[in-house]
Amino acid sequence: MSIDKEKIKDVAKLARISVNEAKVDSLTKDLNSIFKFIEQLNELNTDKVEPLTSILNQSLRSRKDEINDGKIREKILKNSPKKNEEFFVVPKVVE
Amino acid sequence: MSKEKFDYFIKGEKDKYEVVIGLEVHAQVLSKSKLFSGSSTKFGADPNNQVSFIDSAFPGMLPVINEECVKQAVRTGLGLNAKINNYSVFDRKNYFYADLPQGYQISQYKNPIVGEGKVLLDMPYGSKEIGIERLHLEQDAGKSIHDMDPSNTYVDLNRSGIALMEIVSKPDLRSPDEVNAYIKKLRSIMRYLGTCDGNMQEGSLRADVNVSVRKEGDKKFGTRCEIKNVNSIKFMQMAIEYEAARQVELIENGKKIDQETRLFDTKKNETRSMRSKEDAHDYRYFPDPDLLPLKLEQKLIDDLKKSLPELPDKKKERFIKEYGLNVYEANVLVSEKEISNYYEEVAKLSDKKLAATWMMGDLFAMLNDKGLDISRSPISAKHFAELVQSIKSGEISGRIAKEVFEIMVETGDNPKKIIESKGMKQQSDPKELEKIINEIISRNKDKVDQYKAGKEKLFGFFVGQVMKLSGGKANPQLTNEILKKLLKG
Amino acid sequence: MSDITNQSLSEIIDNVKTKKISSLDLTKAYIKNIENAKKLNAFVTTTFDLALDKAKQFDKKPTFNKLLPGIPLAVKDLFCTENTKTTAGSNILNNFIPSYESTVTKNLWTNGSFLLGKLNCDEFAMGSSNETSHFGNVINPVGDQLVPGGSSGGSSSALAADLTPATIGTDTGGSIRQPASFTGTVGLKPTYGLCSRWGIVAFASSLDQAGPMTKTIKDCAIMLEAISGFDKKDSTSINKDKEQYSKNLKDNIKGLKIGIPKEYRVDSMPKEIDELWEKGKKILKDLGAQLIDISLPHTKYALPTYYIVAPAEASSNLARYDGVRYGYRSEKGKDLIEMYEKTRSEGFGDEVKRRILIGTYVLSSGYYDAYYLKAQKVRQLIKKDFDDAFKKVDSILTPSTPSSAFKIGEKTNDPVSMYLNDIFTVPVNLAGLPALSLPAGVDKQGYPLGLQLIGKALDEQKILNIGYAFEKNCGFKNEIKKWWS
Repeated sequence: MSIDKEKIKDVAKLARISVNEAKVDSLTKDLNSIFKFIEQLNELNTDKVEPLTSILNQSLRSRKDEINDGKIREKILKNSPKKNEEFFVVPKVVE
Repeated sequence: MSKEKFDYFIKGEKDKYEVVIGLEVHAQVLSKSKLFSGSSTKFGADPNNQVSFIDSAFPGMLPVINEECVKQAVRTGLGLNAKINNYSVFDRKNYFYADLPQGYQISQYKNPIVGEGKVLLDMPYGSKEIGIERLHLEQDAGKSIHDMDPSNTYVDLNRSGIALMEIVSKPDLRSPDEVNAYIKKLRSIMRYLGTCDGNMQEGSLRADVNVSVRKEGDKKFGTRCEIKNVNSIKFMQMAIEYEAARQVELIENGKKIDQETRLFDTKKNETRSMRSKEDAHDYRYFPDPDLLPLKLEQKLIDDLKKSLPELPDKKKERFIKEYGLNVYEANVLVSEKEISNYYEEVAKLSDKKLAATWMMGDLFAMLNDKGLDISRSPISAKHFAELVQSIKSGEISGRIAKEVFEIMVETGDNPKKIIESKGMKQQSDPKELEKIINEIISRNKDKVDQYKAGKEKLFGFFVGQVMKLSGGKANPQLTNEILKKLLKG
Repeated sequence: MSDITNQSLSEIIDNVKTKKISSLDLTKAYIKNIENAKKLNAFVTTTFDLALDKAKQFDKKPTFNKLLPGIPLAVKDLFCTENTKTTAGSNILNNFIPSYESTVTKNLWTNGSFLLGKLNCDEFAMGSSNETSHFGNVINPVGDQLVPGGSSGGSSSALAADLTPATIGTDTGGSIRQPASFTGTVGLKPTYGLCSRWGIVAFASSLDQAGPMTKTIKDCAIMLEAISGFDKKDSTSINKDKEQYSKNLKDNIKGLKIGIPKEYRVDSMPKEIDELWEKGKKILKDLGAQLIDISLPHTKYALPTYYIVAPAEASSNLARYDGVRYGYRSEKGKDLIEMYEKTRSEGFGDEVKRRILIGTYVLSSGYYDAYYLKAQKVRQLIKKDFDDAFKKVDSILTPSTPSSAFKIGEKTNDPVSMYLNDIFTVPVNLAGLPALSLPAGVDKQGYPLGLQLIGKALDEQKILNIGYAFEKNCGFKNEIKKWWS
């Protein structure tokens, strides 16, 4: 399967990465060579194989319902590129 | 109650349409801490003060599941008569939004914790079963605040990571009334179980509403639209009415309905397309590699089942059998756990049927008036039972009871004390009544003569006079008897 | 005392314990080396003041009973360190200062050591040559034109150049073992779940594992002992008792069965890799081990599988870098969506973007079954290959890499040829197994080469023991001229 430029732009949109028009060609070339490599898997018949969900053969461990975190607003906001005393601030979202 | 016929259709110019509704209810799980972190879930805290590095998706942070949230989901599943899955998987639902810090929501996709179940509704046209498709656990998102700044959106992550149960119904609902009944029933079950407080104002219960229409009699479903995040029953009903009418109009004009996500604008009372969600449909679900499959021991499920409280349907049956209530009364009195508890306490100490009548009448009216839950009623169940007993025994009349009730609301005193201190006890001594009646007869000779001459309507006048003179305390039944006897004489 | 910094970690520990050197003098010696080695570009951040402070504190009140008493250590800049900038080699985190400490580094500090600095690495650990770092290439001390391997290239370079007595890296597809092999050092990727992932910037959650990079096997055992252990904050951490790998280290491997998988002989492999493998087999045989030919039939499919699974997880793991809560934000976007797109486009480098796109694509609607699901099925087969093999053998011996260190820029224009570097290391990550890369020889240019010992899950002690015996009998000596200072 080959991936065209339009598809790459769609995927980039989905991944929220703007792609420089000048770089689309080389990106298309790279991705196609990678996918050609990946598609070796098609040689294998895996109809009867169960997909692996976890490499660890154990059940999910749970924790007790206790409040032992939070109340660290200053630390939570500290690294934000744009904030005020209480909130993270982002450009307006239009619904 | 007389059985009515189901009749909710949208009448177009050409045809009559049936409305098909399915709900995805998002119910916040009652737990102290969040689904995957130890921060508090308490409502109304200062912005971003109940946020851990996990909830705000800092680099290297990992989720660890809260066992109570798992149990709450299982309890709810059991309450919905649903299949509990011993094996379930947490998946990532990937999309970008300012209040979704991870860039994905941890949810359950192919393997939910709870499978198919059902909910029974009592409708005026009989009982109706609504199928439950599934229930799964997922994380709530934070909140974007758009109205605090003209050019920016503020983000508060306090809600981010609180456990939600998404309860997906089958497309079995057919009218706004059924939606109302369904939400109330779900909420009632979860409140009985203590798994969700059902508080719609605080957003702990909200729903996505799937609406489609089809010509009456058609077997095939129409194209559906999903109305996102509606947070009151009234708005759900309004949104459904608007959306169904919109779809009918499109069909009748030969236009196509797009399967899409819509938003209900509560100010304009209309639904409109949510363009911002359009390209976000590809959620790229895959099993969350930070979590392992959740394997539930059958013993845990069995133990939870044993510890479930009596739920509304069972309680209703018992109320009918044990207390001799009719279906309507039983339905009302089991609708909330606190109401049913109050009723049972009253019924234990007084006349069961009369207790039901008085609760559903004066007590509910007063609570409604004051905007109070029954748990905050100014009249305790014990006092209320005493009041009911005073009526039943004939100690006070219904009319006096209303006065006593008013005073009880104001003072919180017990009814015995009020009746005694205010001398409100019913006059049931025949000799005393005769004295009063003779007095009235002697004062109104002319009316007595007219009565004897056949103007029997005047009987009411005499009753009124007796009541007036006795300060309303005369036993009405006895008054009637004695009055009749003496007027004849 | 002669230059202490070219001694092994365990020798240094002995010298500190016997008070032949103070922690402060030791720290100063490393600081001097680091300052003279700027050409290698191994460090993103140095924390000299903090290190000198801690060293003085140690000397005032020494705790010699600890595993790493008074030892300064530099670590890969993928571990979050409290109040010290953590970049993951990326522009998008170029100003990020965590308020928390990763479990693994915390374990190092509670065992008596302290931070010397943060080591350069490929951006988000995506790379095999340390050429994708936002902070520039790292140079291999073996030669000024050579890559140090990746993604833990700063770690391997710093270790081989005596800029840290030992270090830790992370390994998602070979990122510890390949750079170890390229620099003539020891690298161990532990069993998935043995070391906590909490506080490590995630690349591919089902594959990532932190592990030691050291000069000797004994050092490796000490470091593994220090960093490993159950962590309730990581749902994939294995709950088991801590092991004393260094105390239990022994060099008797008589009777052990060593599997030799035929699939690890690839067409393009240089003859010297084959010869190295033969040398390794002979050493083990001479030590009394039994060599058994085995087959791992799906080996060929490991790399394609990896290049679906790892990017898929990465595309999701890296979604959190959106310019809202930390890190870089582009000011060019006029609405939220544009802000995301510009931030991520300017914040991530080309290789990271490439992998995010691959990952997004293989998970997207209509492609999931053909790629992601298929890969998870093949992963099951690869795991089963190992399960079957380990019914017959105690450990598996393979080359670590298909070549020695290559030249800077040699493979940057051909991603697939770059990816092929991990052909021997990737299967182990897919199966969640432990594997050790041992320095075993040099090629005709004198560049180091490594051999890989793969163990059963949680069988770290056994592969360390084999490595220990091998090391004693191999006669390899890493001779690096300090051309940079």
